[in-house]
Amino acid sequence: MDLVDRYGMALLRVAQTFVRTRAVAEEVVQETWLGVLKGIDRFEGRSSLRTWIFRILTNTAKTRAVREGRSVPFTDLESETEEGPLLDPARFVGAGKPWAGHWKSSPDPWGEPEERLLASESRGVIEAAIEALPPGQRAVVTLRDVEGMTSAETCNALEISETNQRVLLHRARTKVRLALENYLTEVAGGQGQDN
Amino acid sequence: MARDKTTDFSCKDLVAVASDYLEDRLPAAERARLEEHLAKCEGCTTYLEQMRRTIALIGELREEHVPPEASQRLLGVFRAWRHAG
Repeated sequence: MDLVDRYGMALLRVAQTFVRTRAVAEEVVQETWLGVLKGIDRFEGRSSLRTWIFRILTNTAKTRAVREGRSVPFTDLESETEEGPLLDPARFVGAGKPWAGHWKSSPDPWGEPEERLLASESRGVIEAAIEALPPGQRAVVTLRDVEGMTSAETCNALEISETNQRVLLHRARTKVRLALENYLTEVAGGQGQDN
Repeated sequence: MARDKTTDFSCKDLVAVASDYLEDRLPAAERARLEEHLAKCEGCTTYLEQMRRTIALIGELREEHVPPEASQRLLGVFRAWRHAG
C-alpha cells in the first residue's frame, strides 16, 4: 500500500536511531504495523494518528534494542546532554580579556556560491552529520526537524522531558550547522578560519 | 576586565541558546538581552541566519508528507481490516 510505504520511510529513519542495522529496523517497522493493527481500536484520536504510530514504533524499537542486548539509547541521556563544547573554544576571545566570549573568528556568511553548493550537496552532508550524532540527539532532530513533529509530540514519542528534548535538539542542530560550515570551508579551500 | 553593556551578553552565550531562541523558549529578559546583542553583532546575525537555514535544509530530508485526509483513509482501512478479521 502506497500510504504504508510513505509512512514507512519516516518510520524506518526513526527506527534506525534505536537499532544497529537496517534489516532490524525494517523488522521493527513491520512489528509496528502489526501493533497499529492490534491497537487501532484503542486509538482515541487524542494525538494525531502520526504521533500515535511513532509512539508504537519507539516502544517496539526500544523493546527490540533491549532484546538484542543493546542498551536503550536514552539510558545514556545524561552524558549526551553534558558533552563538552560544541564549537571550538578558540573561536571566542578567552576569559579575562576585553570582549571575552566574543567571536575571534566569526562565521563567514553563506553567499550565492555557498548556497549553490548547499542546494546540490547539503543532503549528503546533513545525512552524514545526523548519522554521526549520539542516538538521543539523532532521534530528537529526526522527529523535530526532519519529520516536523512538535516538541510535545517528540517528548511523548521518546518519553523524555521537555528540558532534555531542548538540550538534545540544540546540540544536534549546532553540530549539523557546523558540519555544513566545515564542508563549505573545505570546498572553498580552507579559507574562512583565520585563527 | 572591560565589561560594558555590550559584553553582558557574549557571542558564546548566543551560540549556547541559539536553538532555544529560535524555538521561542527564552525568558523575556534573556531574549531582550540577546536581541540587543544581535542588533550590534554581525557575526551572531550570520550565525543565527545559518542556524535557520540549517533547520530548513534538515527539513528537506523529509519524505513526502502524508496529508491529513490520507491519514483518515489509512485509519479507515485499518479499522475495516481489523473488523473483517
